[in-house]
Amino acid sequence: MLRAQDLKITFNAGTPIETRALRGLSLEIPTGQFVTVIGSNGAGKSTFLNAVSGDLPIDSGRIEINGEDVTRKPVWERAGRVARVFQDPMAGTCEDLTIEENMALAQLRGARRGFSRAVKANMRDGFRERLMTLGLGLENRLTDRIGLLSGGQRQAVSLLMAALQPSRILLLDEHTAALDPRTADFVLQLTARIVAENKLTTMMVTHSMRQALDVGDRTVMLHQGQVVLDVSGDERKGMDVPDLLAMFERVRGEKLSDDALLLG
Amino acid sequence: MSLFSLLGALEIGLIFSLVALGVFISFRLLRFPDLTVDGSFPLGGAVAATLISGGVDPFSATIAATVAGAVAGFITGWLNVKLRIMDLLASILMMIALYSVNLRVMGKPNVPLITEPTVFTILQPDWLSDYVARPLILLVVVIVAKVLLDWYLSTQSGLAMRATGSNGRMARAQGVNTGGMILGGMALSNAFVGLAGALFAQTQGGSDISMGIGTIVIGLAAVIVGESIIPSRKLVLATLAVIIGALVYRFFIALALNSDFIGLQAQDLNLVTAVLVTIALVIPMLKRRLIGKKGA
Repeated sequence: MLRAQDLKITFNAGTPIETRALRGLSLEIPTGQFVTVIGSNGAGKSTFLNAVSGDLPIDSGRIEINGEDVTRKPVWERAGRVARVFQDPMAGTCEDLTIEENMALAQLRGARRGFSRAVKANMRDGFRERLMTLGLGLENRLTDRIGLLSGGQRQAVSLLMAALQPSRILLLDEHTAALDPRTADFVLQLTARIVAENKLTTMMVTHSMRQALDVGDRTVMLHQGQVVLDVSGDERKGMDVPDLLAMFERVRGEKLSDDALLLG
Repeated sequence: MSLFSLLGALEIGLIFSLVALGVFISFRLLRFPDLTVDGSFPLGGAVAATLISGGVDPFSATIAATVAGAVAGFITGWLNVKLRIMDLLASILMMIALYSVNLRVMGKPNVPLITEPTVFTILQPDWLSDYVARPLILLVVVIVAKVLLDWYLSTQSGLAMRATGSNGRMARAQGVNTGGMILGGMALSNAFVGLAGALFAQTQGGSDISMGIGTIVIGLAAVIVGESIIPSRKLVLATLAVIIGALVYRFFIALALNSDFIGLQAQDLNLVTAVLVTIALVIPMLKRRLIGKKGA
């Protein structure tokens, strides 16, 4: 379970370019729920995600994961509870390391790292088995550098890595945005499967309204650093992109003009 | 080139392959441009020479010098990680600070070790002359250092250190305390360099305040020369390449300085170094061009 209470973050405070990125954002995600997050550029989607992962310190507010206060914990101390897949396929894996080394690194996410061998023979079988489910032939390339893989392949491996350890929260930061449509579709299906199999509490930021409604159990829209829309259940099932837009206009009393949101 | 100068080159080359392993850890694995080396190398020499001339047994003195190097590296890392000083600048600060520290340690600009025992005089068997024994002893030291480093880098902790240098953000997201890894890696790197300084002082008849000048360039030269000889991403081969690079580099320096027909003298050392490094940097590009032409 993730609970964010009244999060506030201001960039460049006290200067002419002051930006109030989060203005008292609160959101609660029960265990096992898959939430999609949408919003126009500058709405605070990525800022919110970075606050949950610990990459950005918050000015005020409180973040709890399964009842534990992690507000002041650095990224690496939260890693045992939070897994993350980045937008940039290059960011989520270490290109200098091999596929098996990357996976071994993820297998110990949040655990103590000692002086036993990092990649053991019995681990390889597990890695192979999981890679096989991707159907990309990567199970035969365990000792290849991950830098040799395509963006889509790396993103798929990142997803596998995120699910190697039972974490409580999975954060997906527009993780299909940098991929071509076919690959994006593949990665999205893989996401749905992995989330369902591992019953992960998931928050997925996306730029596509279509995607936001098709995937997951609940859709949240951010605007100016706050939650302005929150739909789930039957209400969400019957919804289409125009409905979502109409709801937004009703809530905000203004017309949505960001092209990025209308795409997809 | 005589056998004598060849063995001399081998001896110094082996010592500098320890420096090169240290530079490999900081520059290549952690991607931390570390100039501390110019200070931690003479620090190792100063600590070892001062302790030995004060009557401490050479093995303890050498271990103390290694630890001193590690502390120096740790402080550089600390300046960077905790005080957020830019990596290069942090190492420069540490380098100049160590100049004073080294003078304090020795109490004078140099400490001779002429009659005192060294690890080499103790380990040297009676039936072997010193100029053969020293390279042999050093060879064993270097092999042990390489095997230990290879082992460490294959462990969970070593993998976390490599990830820290390669993609810090990803490493943190996987729960790696990257700051701690930089501290540990810098300490490890400069421990190698401190050990090299201690052994250098014991083979060269003492420690001198100026013996650290250019250490980083020689270390980097070894890494670059090695990588262009054995271009491998496999770690076991990469560390081997670094050692071979140090040996080859030293061999060419000796060759250049010993060949009367070129007319180079000892004072040309740094110029020769610069030329050698330039050649090593250009070779991979030339190789690509040649292959490209063949393909076309």
